[in-house]
Amino acid sequence: MKKINSPAELEKLRESILESMDKDKPCISICTGTGCSASGALEVASAFEALIKERGIEANIDTKLTGCHGFCEQGPLIVLKPRNILYCRVQPEDVGEIVDKTLLKEEILERLLYVNPVTGERIALEEEVPFYNKQLRLTFGNNGQLEPTKIEDYLALGGYASLRKALEEMTPQEVLEEVKASGLRGRGGAGFPTGRKWESCFNAPGYPKYLICNADEGDPGCFQDRSILEGNPHSVIEGMIIGAYVVNSPEGYVYVRREYPLAIKNLSIAIDQAKEYGLLGENILGSNFSFDIKINRGGGAFVCGESSASIASIEGKVGEPRDKHTHATEKGLWNKPTILNNVKTWANIPLIIEKGARWFSSIGTENSKGTMIFSLTGKVNNTGLVEVPMGITLKELVYDLGGGVPDGKKLKAVQTGGPSGGCIPERLLDLPVDYEKLTEAGSMMGSGGMIVMDEDTCMVDVAKYFLLFTQDESCGCCFSCREGITRMLEIMEDVSRGESSLEQLDLLGELAQVVKDSTMCGLGQSCPNPVLSTIRYFEDEYRAHIMDKECPAGVCRDLITFTINEELCNGCGVCLKKCPAEAIQGEKKEPHAIIQEKCTSCGICLEVCKYDAVNKK
Amino acid sequence: MIKFTLNGTEVSVEKGTTLLEAANFYGIEIPTLCYDEGLTPYGACRLCLVEIGEPGRSRLVSSCTYRVREGMIVRTHSERVVKSRKMLIELYLATCPSSKVIQDLASNYHVTSVRFRPKNEDCILCGLCVRMCDEQMQAKAISFINRGGRRLVSTPFERKSEDCRLCGACMYICPTCQARCQGPQEESTICNACLNLSPPCLEHFDDVMCYMDPCVACELDTKRKPKE
Repeated sequence: MKKINSPAELEKLRESILESMDKDKPCISICTGTGCSASGALEVASAFEALIKERGIEANIDTKLTGCHGFCEQGPLIVLKPRNILYCRVQPEDVGEIVDKTLLKEEILERLLYVNPVTGERIALEEEVPFYNKQLRLTFGNNGQLEPTKIEDYLALGGYASLRKALEEMTPQEVLEEVKASGLRGRGGAGFPTGRKWESCFNAPGYPKYLICNADEGDPGCFQDRSILEGNPHSVIEGMIIGAYVVNSPEGYVYVRREYPLAIKNLSIAIDQAKEYGLLGENILGSNFSFDIKINRGGGAFVCGESSASIASIEGKVGEPRDKHTHATEKGLWNKPTILNNVKTWANIPLIIEKGARWFSSIGTENSKGTMIFSLTGKVNNTGLVEVPMGITLKELVYDLGGGVPDGKKLKAVQTGGPSGGCIPERLLDLPVDYEKLTEAGSMMGSGGMIVMDEDTCMVDVAKYFLLFTQDESCGCCFSCREGITRMLEIMEDVSRGESSLEQLDLLGELAQVVKDSTMCGLGQSCPNPVLSTIRYFEDEYRAHIMDKECPAGVCRDLITFTINEELCNGCGVCLKKCPAEAIQGEKKEPHAIIQEKCTSCGICLEVCKYDAVNKK
Repeated sequence: MIKFTLNGTEVSVEKGTTLLEAANFYGIEIPTLCYDEGLTPYGACRLCLVEIGEPGRSRLVSSCTYRVREGMIVRTHSERVVKSRKMLIELYLATCPSSKVIQDLASNYHVTSVRFRPKNEDCILCGLCVRMCDEQMQAKAISFINRGGRRLVSTPFERKSEDCRLCGACMYICPTCQARCQGPQEESTICNACLNLSPPCLEHFDDVMCYMDPCVACELDTKRKPKE
């Protein structure tokens, strides 16, 4: 690998890479993101490799081990190029047939195609699958096209062209103006305008200035930052170099969770490759500008995703937020001006420089520009990562992309924004998703979590779950957060046991408001959101728990009882064997009965009974 | 000097002064539990909250850590502040009812009932002892361990510390373990024996001017209009 010493050399290298590639050559793109790897993608990949070697057709077929494609629910996924045939849930035993029939004879294997859960039709091409074709995959789309450990793939797709453009054609001031004009807002949760943040750091006195990429993604069910770092690390690196060029920063840090080993591995490889090519390090592309990136592994505290806590953690201190009365852009890392942005924010920068602020700001709504990646999870047919333009409605997300709720159940609510977000009820499903609209509805954008809940979900239980999470993850510094969450949880537990009162419910609302108002950092200020939003939209459920001692969804264990219908029970004894509390008695072939004093309402008897003889009430 | 508005009055203080210091300088008492003049402000007890900014777009910040800025509007006893403070005092009372400091605060702020289950803990994790040991005694024998609800003050690995000189400064500065209130009974949590102060202006003006009853300032200041 030869160091690139000028912008012209970069373009020459790109041309030579493109020349050496054959676009029509069949290529098997195998998703080896964490999701597909867990369902066996690596075994599929090695089966392909062995088979291709055995047949001696290495010269005719390429294989690419790519990052996450987003459709994790259907994994392991493979896409056969150039036709873009998508095969889902591929297993190693399918490999022979795929090579023989699809690659060599161009026959499509019906059984591996995606089945639309709504219409039942089988879809062959990736771009025709509703999950994909409603998306606008700007930052995420290249994940399926490139091998993250090969910088050449990124260069072939036009990578580092934005860096070249910024360094060669634009002054730092012009780049800053472009980012400001794009209207890009922080993708980490709070949605602060990125351009304004950069400008504040640009104007702040002090040297050196630092950049931080926040990859401490911790929301339950969220994995978009991980997927970008795993699948397209160079886009983040390129964004950071451009940012560093604006504020003349010599050093940047990627603060990434230790629980993301593949992301750390791919990012390290990418940084090394960029350095070898002279795209990172001393005198980038032969200019006077130098910038280096270091990786900092987080220890796993959720609160370290908060900006001041992650700065403290990088400095080697306890990962606790500090009072942010002075912005990090003025006094951040080691008290020097610092820009801290989320992975997704950095990945958007090359796009803005390449295609221009005007193009970027044409996507989205008035105050929220561009696209957002959501992790669509929960009770929805198509789970996975979706990148959509801001302003798309929740309905489109859940029904068009998500394919609706499984098993014909009714949708109850959509929870957005992770543990700090709120639950939006079904009747507000036409809500356009952007920063302001979600905040108005009592939720937030957060880092893009989206959990779909069906009629079997108890909202009291949901709020309780998120409080348990934040109670565990609060740093415990602020009294209002530490004690406030504990006391909210205490009341919630009483509610779910049917031992609360309406006065306590009022107190819960009052306390939640005070915690939101009086806590120091973002975690504490947003942790009451699940409570406040469920009280706002689902107060009747709280009342049912308190007044009628009933859990309408049948989830809260203390409020449900299981009984066995003697007429339907034939005494098969399965429930008796499976009951962990030994709460079922009865002779063989005689109707069984549940001893209520021993029953823990775990529901296993209901699950195992084949004769619908167990009733839940 | 930096000019700003403190409870409706234009005042000025030196650059770098915190809101708490400025308010104390002008004779306005803001309650604190984790603040001490000789130690780095920590901002954890949240009692010193004040409201800053124009009404409608205002927010609450801890005055012990916030430095005065030119032209800012600060209200130390607005309805929003007092509401939060009272709730926090109620929480403190439920957590640690045997502290005289906390019982006195409750009396001052007319907190007359506690709606949470009493816990009878000794420590409110204000961190005064930790900072005292580090900054004044230069010993660093104790620190916080764990996170969230499991957080507590302890020595490294919870073993007897060789750095501890048994100076007792941690106990001297502790707001809960030295001065004990004998008032609270097991069933009531709250003492209120010293209950004698009330801010009469708050309900009428959304601002506290003094703690006298009847309030002299309210009667003199006829220009001040009661809130709608």
